[in-house]
Amino acid sequence: MFAGTRAQAVNADLRGQMQNIIEFQDVSKSFGSLQVLDDLNMHVVPGEKLALIGPSGSGKTTILRILMTLEDISAGEILLDGEPLWHEMRGGKRVRASEHHLRKMRDGVGMVFQQFNLFPHLTATENIEQPQVLTHRKSKAAAREKAAEMLSVVGLVDKRDHYPHQLSGGQQQRVAIARALAMDPKIMLFDEVTSALDPELVEEVLNVLRKLAEETDTTMLTVTHEMNFARDFADRVLFFEKGKIVEAGSPEDIFTNPKEERTRSFLRKFLTGIN
Amino acid sequence: MEWSWSVAYDVMPRLAAGLIVTVQATLVGALVAYVLGLALAILKMSPYRLVAWSSYWSSEFVRRTPLLVQLYFLFYVLPDLGIFLEPFAAGVIGLGLHFSTYTSEVFRAGIENVPKGQWEAARSLNYSTIQTWRHVVLPQAIPPMIPPLANYLITMFKETPLLAAITVVELFNAANIYSNSHYKYLEPMTLVGTFFLLVSIPAAALAIRLENAFRRKA
Ligand SMILES: Nc1ncnc2c1ncn2[C@@H]1O[C@H](COP(=O)(O)OP(=O)(O)O)[C@@H](O)[C@H]1O
Ligand SMILES: [Mg+2]
Repeated sequence: MFAGTRAQAVNADLRGQMQNIIEFQDVSKSFGSLQVLDDLNMHVVPGEKLALIGPSGSGKTTILRILMTLEDISAGEILLDGEPLWHEMRGGKRVRASEHHLRKMRDGVGMVFQQFNLFPHLTATENIEQPQVLTHRKSKAAAREKAAEMLSVVGLVDKRDHYPHQLSGGQQQRVAIARALAMDPKIMLFDEVTSALDPELVEEVLNVLRKLAEETDTTMLTVTHEMNFARDFADRVLFFEKGKIVEAGSPEDIFTNPKEERTRSFLRKFLTGIN
Repeated sequence: MEWSWSVAYDVMPRLAAGLIVTVQATLVGALVAYVLGLALAILKMSPYRLVAWSSYWSSEFVRRTPLLVQLYFLFYVLPDLGIFLEPFAAGVIGLGLHFSTYTSEVFRAGIENVPKGQWEAARSLNYSTIQTWRHVVLPQAIPPMIPPLANYLITMFKETPLLAAITVVELFNAANIYSNSHYKYLEPMTLVGTFFLLVSIPAAALAIRLENAFRRKA
């Protein structure tokens, strides 16, 4: 309660200046008796590119899923552009977000999944077109035009009429990226988007993300185990362990001069594992 | 016992009329079974425990009792409660209701086979619940359901003689009425069996082909 009112006051002060696009305030999340996020505080400024790294099970995916409203929170508050994601005010009271509220908030967020999750019964173009028509009520022509544009961003114009099963994993993932981008989200979430891919297909997807990071001012959070990619992509790297941020800093700080022993040992294992 | 072609010719028009009723009862009954089955499947998967639980057990109750008893109930007991159904209406409701408990399992399995990631993708793209069902889940769930649903259609076709018990003059009953008044059983009943075979063998072959077609795709 107090955290919420304080945050609102702070946000009022910041209006007109740079307001955090994402703010986690003492967020906890449990699945049954398993606590996955533990009093997490973090903030992201508009346009920032963040890489979330850390051992498996440290809660990275859960953070993205909470932002995508696929998972709720157990305690705390998340603000998107200053507005509570999982709560709303009704009759002067702070209550759990309704589906209506979540739908409004969700519009600003897009996600790309580890397993692509393309719609298998639709072609590449239709996968990108349909959400624009259904969710944003765009005309078919406008949606198709946007789909063509997005397919060219990810370099798949020639595959536009292919079904997902006719595409390689890397191509499917690039279509999934195009599908999410076509909705013009303010925040894009990427959850280990290359970890289901054959090694030779990883770079084509990472290169798309590198290009996006460079050329767009969309706020992006990516969970990744590709440390070289994280270094290119991110403005800031967060190292997680057991639902807490152990260390945060620029890629230079984290990868070259990590302060925490736990970060060093994680990276050591990782880099020897890879090379 | 001698086969008489004149008896066969004599009964033929009644059998043809009966066959039409049989086909109508099968198709309308199947439509009821499919629509009700889909609704039942959705209810069984409801996040509300009470809804899921009560629809599961009512479905089990209907499935574990004989169709013949259900038909009697609809046609002979409901009038006591002030509900009067035409024989054909009672027949297709009974048939449809009974088989909806089977088709609901086909629908449920088909829907549950759509990966969780598809629901999540739809949610991440801000689809409404109805849009998710209509544009994401059902288009993927329905094709593999077609072969088993076709098989239930054939089974329902074979079960239609039960409607004779509530005075529907379908194929079997048409033959039965003729037999009882002319004391001729061989020709009418042989023809009834032949008619059933003539329809159900090609239908079964078609169902197998559908099944193979979908298996190859999967
Ligand atoms: N739906 C769920 N139900 C129960 N436990 C879950 C669920 N989702 C994730 N977990 C658990 O939460 C922990 C953190 O998971 P996750 O956020 O996926 O970690 P990471 O992405 O860092 O590997 C893991 O121990 C995982 O098993
Ligand atoms: Mg993960």
